[in-house]
Amino acid sequence: MDLLSGELEVEKHVKYILSIEKKKDSFESVAMEHLRMNGAYWGLTTLDLLGKIETVDQDEVISWVMQCQHESGGFAGNVGHDPHILYTLSAVQVLALFDKLDVLDVDKLSDCILWLNFMEKNAATFSPCLLDRKLDICGLQNEDGSFSGDIWGEVDTRFSYIAICCLSLLHRLDKINTEKAVEYIVSCQNLDGGFGCTPGGESHAGQIFCCVSALAITGSLYHIDKDLLGWWLCERQLKSGGLNGRPEKLPDVCYSWWVLTSLILIDRVHWIDKVKLARFILDCQDKENGGISDRPDDAVDVFHTYFGVAGLSLLEYPGLKAIDPAHALPVDVINKIFFDRK
Amino acid sequence: MHGQPRKPLNPDDDAASIAKAAKLRNLQSQLLHNHHNKIYTKEALEISWKLLELNPEIYTGWNYRKLAVEHNLQAKTDPESIKSIVDEELKLVETALSRNYKSYGAWHHRKWILNKGFSSFDHEFRLLNKFQKADSRNFHAWNYRRFVTAMKNIPEKEELQYTTDMINSNFSNYSAWHNRSVILSNLLKRKAEGFTSKENVLAEEYDLVHQAVFVDPDDQSGWFYHLWLLEQTVTPDAPMLVSSWPIHDSDMIVSFKSNLDETLLSTSTRYCSESGTFPLILYFNQPVEGVSSSTVTVNFMFCKEDLLWRPLSTTNSKKSHAWVTHLKFPDKEDNSSKVYPVEVRLGHSQGIISSSGSHYNFPSRFAFKVTLQCVELEAAEGGSGMKMLDWGDGSFQICEDLPLDLSPILSLDQLKISRNHEPTALHFLIETITTEIALFRELLLEIKCCKIGKLTLARLLIAHDAIMTYNTPVEYKKVNTEEVLELFTDLMKLDPTHSSYYKDEHSLVLMEKVISNRKSMSKHCFFYGGSSSSNLCNSVCLRLNKLSLSKIGSFEHLLWVQMLDLSHNELHSIEGLEAMQLLSSLNLGYNRFSSFTALEPLRSLQTLKVLDISYNEIGVHSIDTTRYLCSSPLSHTVEDNCDFDEYARDDVKIADTWEAVMFFKGLQLRQLNMTGNAISDDNFRILLLKLLPKLKWLDGKGVH
Repeated sequence: MDLLSGELEVEKHVKYILSIEKKKDSFESVAMEHLRMNGAYWGLTTLDLLGKIETVDQDEVISWVMQCQHESGGFAGNVGHDPHILYTLSAVQVLALFDKLDVLDVDKLSDCILWLNFMEKNAATFSPCLLDRKLDICGLQNEDGSFSGDIWGEVDTRFSYIAICCLSLLHRLDKINTEKAVEYIVSCQNLDGGFGCTPGGESHAGQIFCCVSALAITGSLYHIDKDLLGWWLCERQLKSGGLNGRPEKLPDVCYSWWVLTSLILIDRVHWIDKVKLARFILDCQDKENGGISDRPDDAVDVFHTYFGVAGLSLLEYPGLKAIDPAHALPVDVINKIFFDRK
Repeated sequence: MHGQPRKPLNPDDDAASIAKAAKLRNLQSQLLHNHHNKIYTKEALEISWKLLELNPEIYTGWNYRKLAVEHNLQAKTDPESIKSIVDEELKLVETALSRNYKSYGAWHHRKWILNKGFSSFDHEFRLLNKFQKADSRNFHAWNYRRFVTAMKNIPEKEELQYTTDMINSNFSNYSAWHNRSVILSNLLKRKAEGFTSKENVLAEEYDLVHQAVFVDPDDQSGWFYHLWLLEQTVTPDAPMLVSSWPIHDSDMIVSFKSNLDETLLSTSTRYCSESGTFPLILYFNQPVEGVSSSTVTVNFMFCKEDLLWRPLSTTNSKKSHAWVTHLKFPDKEDNSSKVYPVEVRLGHSQGIISSSGSHYNFPSRFAFKVTLQCVELEAAEGGSGMKMLDWGDGSFQICEDLPLDLSPILSLDQLKISRNHEPTALHFLIETITTEIALFRELLLEIKCCKIGKLTLARLLIAHDAIMTYNTPVEYKKVNTEEVLELFTDLMKLDPTHSSYYKDEHSLVLMEKVISNRKSMSKHCFFYGGSSSSNLCNSVCLRLNKLSLSKIGSFEHLLWVQMLDLSHNELHSIEGLEAMQLLSSLNLGYNRFSSFTALEPLRSLQTLKVLDISYNEIGVHSIDTTRYLCSSPLSHTVEDNCDFDEYARDDVKIADTWEAVMFFKGLQLRQLNMTGNAISDDNFRILLLKLLPKLKWLDGKGVH
């Protein structure tokens, strides 16, 4: 990896990320407004990995994040939008980056997540009047252990991961029945060793990351056939060095994150060629204007910039902060959460 | 943004984009206004339609539509009005999906509306055909298809046929292969009509997948399906016992209450016990649960209470290949030098279950004898104190003719297990593997550098040897080993990107070759200390050093080992080593271990006294690949962190020391060498001495 040292355009990427906020008028940026919370997480985590998070105004960010919080406790993708678990995790992660988890009413938020676990069984008959109902749900669990993304009942293992990761960061994992949650994830395991969105769903590297990480955080990785899944995952690396997310698909920088984290968590990351992958990611940089794209010479965006830099961090690229593969936050942030408790 | 070319800014494009953006922003703010004010008029709905048509990803828009539907349904009760409300939503979803068929929100909206029960599912296959034709790998569409077939109660056989059609029209469709594996395993599991014979079903599947693999061997679509078929073919449903310690027919000498330092006296048939107990280990061919005093009967005259069995795994899994219990002797006075028989029986009642849910169902027994020998402290050889163990070549003397009782390699005859496969099943198994081997050899004749051909052939040859080992009455000599090793060596060159994968596979085969038969194993067994040396003589050390192993396995053959040298290899993991419960001295020096968490298996070895982990990479890496595989606060497998506080100091952070604390705290080490690691400094030395109060030698020097 040292051979490639100096090829990461740190300054340009920082400039690019800071510039996104100023380019609000293009169609792409308006079309992404509803997931600005994810964007904030991607951009800010990238800046932190690059050692440049102090370039943003922390108070401004936190005040905006808190404006996105709904009275139920969950967060929306942007001010005025509805709360969803996808944005709730990003909000918690952004607050964690600034060591500001203490601004949250942790019990209210974790009850809200727990509720998404409980409500699923009523999804078909669910009525929005529940929105206004007082949430008193301690001890309630959904029968199959799955989680919904919001009150509208979409079920997906992505939401299982998010709930588990969020509760872990908030020290509230004991609120859910993790055994049931794990059971549901295991029911989504396929014969190729991977995982899908719901039982029977095809294996996909993004989904595998969610399931493997959720099992990691709950100490349940023994449910995985590491050699079988490891072979499937390492075969995602193509001759170009890049990784795809499913067999016979094109490589994409974002899989540097989904595949690498999964391989690391099951201790099989040595089965791919790390230098070749780092080469691929570096080749996807826009060396003029900063930012990283899905493939060389494509248009850059903050999503791929984050996954590219985070991927390089997982590859131990010189000069980058290390990132925790399961909680998706810098290791120093995670250490603070888990080991600095008073 | 996926797949969009990077291009220089063009003012014209820019202006168009800004105009379009303004329109989108306008629609979006109108939608949010209507949403917040609960306005569900026709005009308001029109706005949300336009917005979702333009950008189906705006999830709040779908939420608004759902609230509007609920609101409007309350007002209407006549079927016509209900139908028009529902149809409107279905139409919107289809329009949105035509714009972006990967929109989670749109697909979910359709499920939500159909789940209300006002509409039939009859049009759903038309919709599916449209989107599955546009992209036959669209996993949203496949998920939706499974939802629709479940709602419509479509027979699984019809859906199986659908996958056949999809595969026949284009075998490079991993999604179809995947769905096929889901449906087929369901049909096999519930033994549906036409699927009662696993053999017949598998035979047909092999035919199908051969077409895919042989037409374009580089296309991965069929690879994983073929591997799955192979596993279905060779893995017996029921778990079986493959080895134990002690082994059948052995005569054990257990000396106990000896000087604590004398544990190295142990040899393979002599076991020194500190606590008046000795371990009984069972090793199965696959991870099992349910080993307990009710599923395993142990007849031993001192065994009055129910035995407590423990799975040997580094996680909190209830399943494991290896299980251990401890047999306890009463006080020593009146039983010294007497011989006590021990009999172990299992499989007589159900309860030992594999991951796939199959029961251990082969009634089997093994028996051995135990002679107790009480060693008085002063009578012990060299009782004046243990010397530091020296791993240097000079300390070892080869034992050319390993006495029989010193090479307790498992013989299946000795274990008295029943044969695992039914004769017809066994016939099918051998025939299938033989045919597959022939086919892949043919493929390799045509395409010499065919990666999947070589890999599959290697796997088939390994499977063939394994089957013959377990099903031949006499000791079977593995005939394919050399060819397999050669195939993996070729693969490392042919596919350098994945060379470490082949290297690991190569190591496993090499290791098995070395230890799975008496003759080759004896070349690696050495007496420690030589004949003249004092207290350590007769200790047999298995030396697997300098073999460039990157991965180890075959633990079922190693249960007896008490002294093991794995130094000068390329190991970064010792997964599975926890089964070697008798280990007291271990050399892992000059390998690639990069963290204490990677050594987690050693935490369950209560007899480990000597450990060498010098010249590894502990402390070098920023990313720890075993952090979540071990007990840790991060994986929520440690009760509380207060232990860590005890070892923290002002200048030493818990975050930097907790792994070392976790690892060393439970160990009873007398000798530790960890020179040559990035982590060893003065602070760390102080921590070690605190963690290991019984330590006598650290890094080659006396501690006191």
